[in-house]
Amino acid sequence: MKRAPLKLLSVLGFFLLWAIIAAAANSPDVPGPAEVGVFVAREASSGELFYNLAVTLSRVAAAFLISLLVGSAIGIVMGQNRTVDRILDPWIIIFVNLPALVIIVLCYIWMGLTEVAAVTAVALNKIPNVVITMREGARSLDPKLSEMAHVFRFSRMRTIRHVVLPQLQPFIAAASRSGLALIWKIVLVVELLGRSNGVGFQIHLYFQLFDVAAILGYTLAFVAVMLAIEFSVVQPLEQHLTRWRPKPA
Amino acid sequence: MSVDGEESEILRDLAFTLQAGTFTCLIGPSGCGKTTTLRILLGLDHDFSGTVTMPAGDVRTVAVFQEPRLLPWRTVEQNVRLALPPGATPDIQPLFTTLGLQAMLDRYPSELSLGLERRVALARAFAVMPDVLLLDEPFVSLDEHTAERLRELLVELWQRHAVTVLMVTHNVREAVQLADRLLLMNGRPAKIVGDVAVPMERSKRSGVRLQQFLDELTRNHAQTVRA
Repeated sequence: MKRAPLKLLSVLGFFLLWAIIAAAANSPDVPGPAEVGVFVAREASSGELFYNLAVTLSRVAAAFLISLLVGSAIGIVMGQNRTVDRILDPWIIIFVNLPALVIIVLCYIWMGLTEVAAVTAVALNKIPNVVITMREGARSLDPKLSEMAHVFRFSRMRTIRHVVLPQLQPFIAAASRSGLALIWKIVLVVELLGRSNGVGFQIHLYFQLFDVAAILGYTLAFVAVMLAIEFSVVQPLEQHLTRWRPKPA
Repeated sequence: MSVDGEESEILRDLAFTLQAGTFTCLIGPSGCGKTTTLRILLGLDHDFSGTVTMPAGDVRTVAVFQEPRLLPWRTVEQNVRLALPPGATPDIQPLFTTLGLQAMLDRYPSELSLGLERRVALARAFAVMPDVLLLDEPFVSLDEHTAERLRELLVELWQRHAVTVLMVTHNVREAVQLADRLLLMNGRPAKIVGDVAVPMERSKRSGVRLQQFLDELTRNHAQTVRA
């Protein structure tokens, strides 16, 4: 009970500080929370806001799913097979160090200014991180439980569902968390460079108009969406999946 | 088999046959290769030359490991049911009742004591109705009272299910209390150095008679058995 009001106070403090700074600056380049709120309300009533949020969110979702699936598959194989690990490890180091911008620009040049290119560029940026996390997870699989599953003749499906996936769950959760945060930032860049809709495109548009209230409005709206996903999906899901863990006293 | 990167032979000329439905204990000093023998029988260790011959037909061999090896994210009941062959729905309630687990079917392993976890491991092994049951020091690091209770339960279950049991232990007293036959293992590389029947009724394996048997065993196999 004590933690929630403290968090709420902290958020209120943030908006208060923002309002004070905006009032002190007294410039159209530093709008206060009220002006941003007015913009968000106007954009919402015209439908523009939800359309662009939905477009960006679906790109985030597509890139997230692809990078998680492909990254997990590669990471698990690398964690289980030393030869594959040795062969692919330098590739992973190269890709994890490639600037996001380079991958995006090359994808647009080679694949055209298309939706596929946009999602591919974002996924390619995220896959190496997923690989590294899931490789750790696969390395930490307990051989004792695998032996148990073998002795009791678990089918492949039963082994994956009841023995392997629960052990990988913390690593999948870690990859997802850092993944969502990274992916939506890259999606904005991708939209800015080569798409004609979405939050990134809108920010680009209002940047050219030097409309800071609009830029902040879109940013806040999308952060709010991500927070809602975190609290309504990610945290309850994680709580359900870790219900077996002993509760700290 | 390699340990620390150095190839070393752990077993050589190791041979024994188990009679169906009997309870045999494999005894020997720690590190002599008892667990390796079980792992070969379970098909977990392939780095050996030799043969393991099972009776004709689909012989179910299961194990109770030294650690309970339960899935921490599944409840007691789920842990047992997951071990059952696909589609099988035997009535496992009596098994839970015998093992005193009926009140904790919805608990997770982390909520159980080691003794209770071992009961679940026993329940899981017996639930699949195995033909052969291999146990690797299943009662080690339990207090004597709990271990004694679990030994009684094991004998009870073994008698009811007519399963062939091979149990590895370094506790000679425990072995003499439980088994029809003792296989003594020793040497480096190890082989069977003694094959001793225990011709006493289980109910009479206590007090002076048990002590006499132990004394004789220790005298005859001083290298392998230290009571």
